[in-house]
Amino acid sequence: MASILARRDLDVLFEALRDRGYRIVGPTVRDGAIVHAEIAAAADLPEGWTDEQAPARYRLARREDDAVFGYSVGPHSWKAELLPPRVRLWQAGRDLEPDETVPDAVPTAFVGVRPCELAAIDVQDRVFLGGRFQDGDYAARRAQAFIVTVDCGDPSDLCFCTAVGGSPLAHEGFDLALTELLEPEHRFVVRAGSSAGEAVLADLPTREATADDLEAAHLVVARAAHEMEGRFDAEGVHDLLLRNLESPAWADVAERCLTCGNCTLVCPTCFCTHVVDASSLDGATAERSRVWDTCFSLQYAEMHGGNTRPTPRSRYRQWLTHKLATWEDQFGTLGCVGCGRCIAWCPVGIDIREEVRAIRAEEETNVHAHA
Amino acid sequence: MAIALPEETAVGRGAMTPLPYRVVRKRRENHDNWTLELEPVADAIEPIGPGQFTMLYSFGVGEVPISTSGDLERSGELVHTIRAVGAVTKALCAAKAGDVVGVRGPFGNTWPVAEAQGRDLVLVAGGVGLPPLRPVVYHALQHRGDFRRVVVLYGGRTPDDLLFMRELKQWRDIDVDVTVDAAGAGWAGKVGVVTKLIPAATFDPFDAVAFVVGPEIMMRFTARALLDRGLPPEGIWISMERTMRCGVGLCGHCQLGPTLICRDGPVYRWDELAPFMEVPEL
Amino acid sequence: MRTLDALIVESPVFEGLDQEELELVAGCGKNIAVDAGERLFREGDDANTFFLVRSGLVALETYVPNRGAVTVVTCGPGEIVGWSWLVPPHRWRLSARVVENVRAVEFDGACLRKKCEQIPELGYDLLSRFAGDLADHLQSAYVQLLDVYGDRAS
Repeated sequence: MASILARRDLDVLFEALRDRGYRIVGPTVRDGAIVHAEIAAAADLPEGWTDEQAPARYRLARREDDAVFGYSVGPHSWKAELLPPRVRLWQAGRDLEPDETVPDAVPTAFVGVRPCELAAIDVQDRVFLGGRFQDGDYAARRAQAFIVTVDCGDPSDLCFCTAVGGSPLAHEGFDLALTELLEPEHRFVVRAGSSAGEAVLADLPTREATADDLEAAHLVVARAAHEMEGRFDAEGVHDLLLRNLESPAWADVAERCLTCGNCTLVCPTCFCTHVVDASSLDGATAERSRVWDTCFSLQYAEMHGGNTRPTPRSRYRQWLTHKLATWEDQFGTLGCVGCGRCIAWCPVGIDIREEVRAIRAEEETNVHAHA
Repeated sequence: MAIALPEETAVGRGAMTPLPYRVVRKRRENHDNWTLELEPVADAIEPIGPGQFTMLYSFGVGEVPISTSGDLERSGELVHTIRAVGAVTKALCAAKAGDVVGVRGPFGNTWPVAEAQGRDLVLVAGGVGLPPLRPVVYHALQHRGDFRRVVVLYGGRTPDDLLFMRELKQWRDIDVDVTVDAAGAGWAGKVGVVTKLIPAATFDPFDAVAFVVGPEIMMRFTARALLDRGLPPEGIWISMERTMRCGVGLCGHCQLGPTLICRDGPVYRWDELAPFMEVPEL
Repeated sequence: MRTLDALIVESPVFEGLDQEELELVAGCGKNIAVDAGERLFREGDDANTFFLVRSGLVALETYVPNRGAVTVVTCGPGEIVGWSWLVPPHRWRLSARVVENVRAVEFDGACLRKKCEQIPELGYDLLSRFAGDLADHLQSAYVQLLDVYGDRAS
């Protein structure tokens, strides 16, 4: 059962969310990029903008139409909301009776979540909520999130979600799902995916979707999926990488990699954090914080006087094999959702798809040499 | 979207919040090792098993993972033997009786003592690898009939670095053999690497289980020496250590290939982890 | 009282020696007992013997100024002490002192060298066995050098 919301009525969605006490975070143009920020109305959305992405390249460009969500993904992902870069966990006096910090989570509506981003949230849910120990701060923020997805109509040249089990269409896990249609009139197909979503939907001035509406929506995602065909061969990538941990290909990429960690910053699934213990200058209070970390940092693998990954080669290998192989052993899903951010935002344009191809090719060469 | 909030730990605290424990007793083991005996100020952690560790916190300084080294069936206290090598361990070792430290845990898995039921149990410890094995020795002493031969092979750097030497001599019905890499003056014992003790040790490699703890390289060489002696690969267990920060599988730091050491380890069957331990800088 | 032959093949170095070779080797050997504290041999002296330790403990040591006699490795039951008899200039490179009362088989190295020259197959077999023993010792010595229990992370 799907409904149609006219473009001119998009602000009613904002009102309905605000009336329910949601803080609204969504896409907006800022500093030459489409980023996530608190937004107030439909006017704040990146209407008429699209992005052009290539390895080490991200630019905004004007569209010929006035699509509101006509871009793919920007440098921000929703992990900044669910896993804030710095969170205090507790503070204590010398008696060590810790005062746990209550998460400052407030009901927040995530507007404009791409299906790949929703997949990334699911991946992180398994890390933070699926194990023996859960992250209370993540859980609190996750429980207060209202998710409005927008299907993909215009994937960037770097998108490859379908190659890693994803789709430009949001299937489940959202509260509301939108698909933007431009012709013959500018409108959105709206689906509810939860009771909370249904409640909000009931407040919107919608009409029932016709067969033509649904057909048009289907074409949007089908075209997007078709555009992404053949962009990445993920066949057997888990075993491939674990078979080739000493491939010369790692040394090749290490020559280019700056270990700047940009990829881990923009990646929607990267979750590594550092535990920081500090005390006040007078030594009376101590506190513990959780801060974002990156496996590319030299300190990442330090342990009492030594370092198990002192070279860029070892750290790049760690990141890529975790993302595409060992993540599955640890958490049961692939770590990568095919959003392409790491490729665009890498200052030297390292493309993980090319790196996998290189390892595959290197293995094949060796096999033939020894055959 | 409704997501179930996490179940709280048994004492209603988040996984990253320590419980205050008081130092009851501190014993100096040698020039840079101390044993702390701790009791809870209020709430206690769950009972700890042999091989498991806690994250010990020194106020304002930081936390380190330390295996338990005590007699888990007798004493109600939490016992840890710590080597003072860095800022946190030095601060912990400087604690006095009555001081308060933080404890999170118990974390990790336990030694598969049941595997050695009715068989020969061989414990090989290198350096500070003996404390994590001591709970197993106590268990064997208390349930001696559960095992056939019990052998402890212990290698240290120099005689001054050895731990629990007086206690070792009192372990009944257990074959203990000790060696050092470099002799000090007046050392009348064996000198040489701990693997040299393996060929002459009395145990039946076809019906034995070995637990090995020490620096990674020592565990590698020891496993090979045990295999050379005829022990099957699935009979060798090790205790791994890598960078550890949260201890609860949420920060990513303790990864080694496909495993998270704080969650899947620190005890591993040698043959399952060896392929990854043998890849340099993995 | 077991025969010399039986005692010799107990050592891993001589394990599997065939009867003929065993008799040749045993022919150069004799049983000895040495009390704790006594010297087996002294660094720098002519080396024409070697020992198969049957019980007790022998320390190989060298004198280091300011430190005195430093034990580099100890050898126990089943182990061979002494390789300098094999290669010229046949001079002990270390000293050996008995730590715990030792019973051993002492071999006349010159005698055995002569037999090896006369019977190349025996020479090759013994040399292979001693090469393996030396390789094991070298590997262990390298690990000792690594100082794995030191202050640095493993």
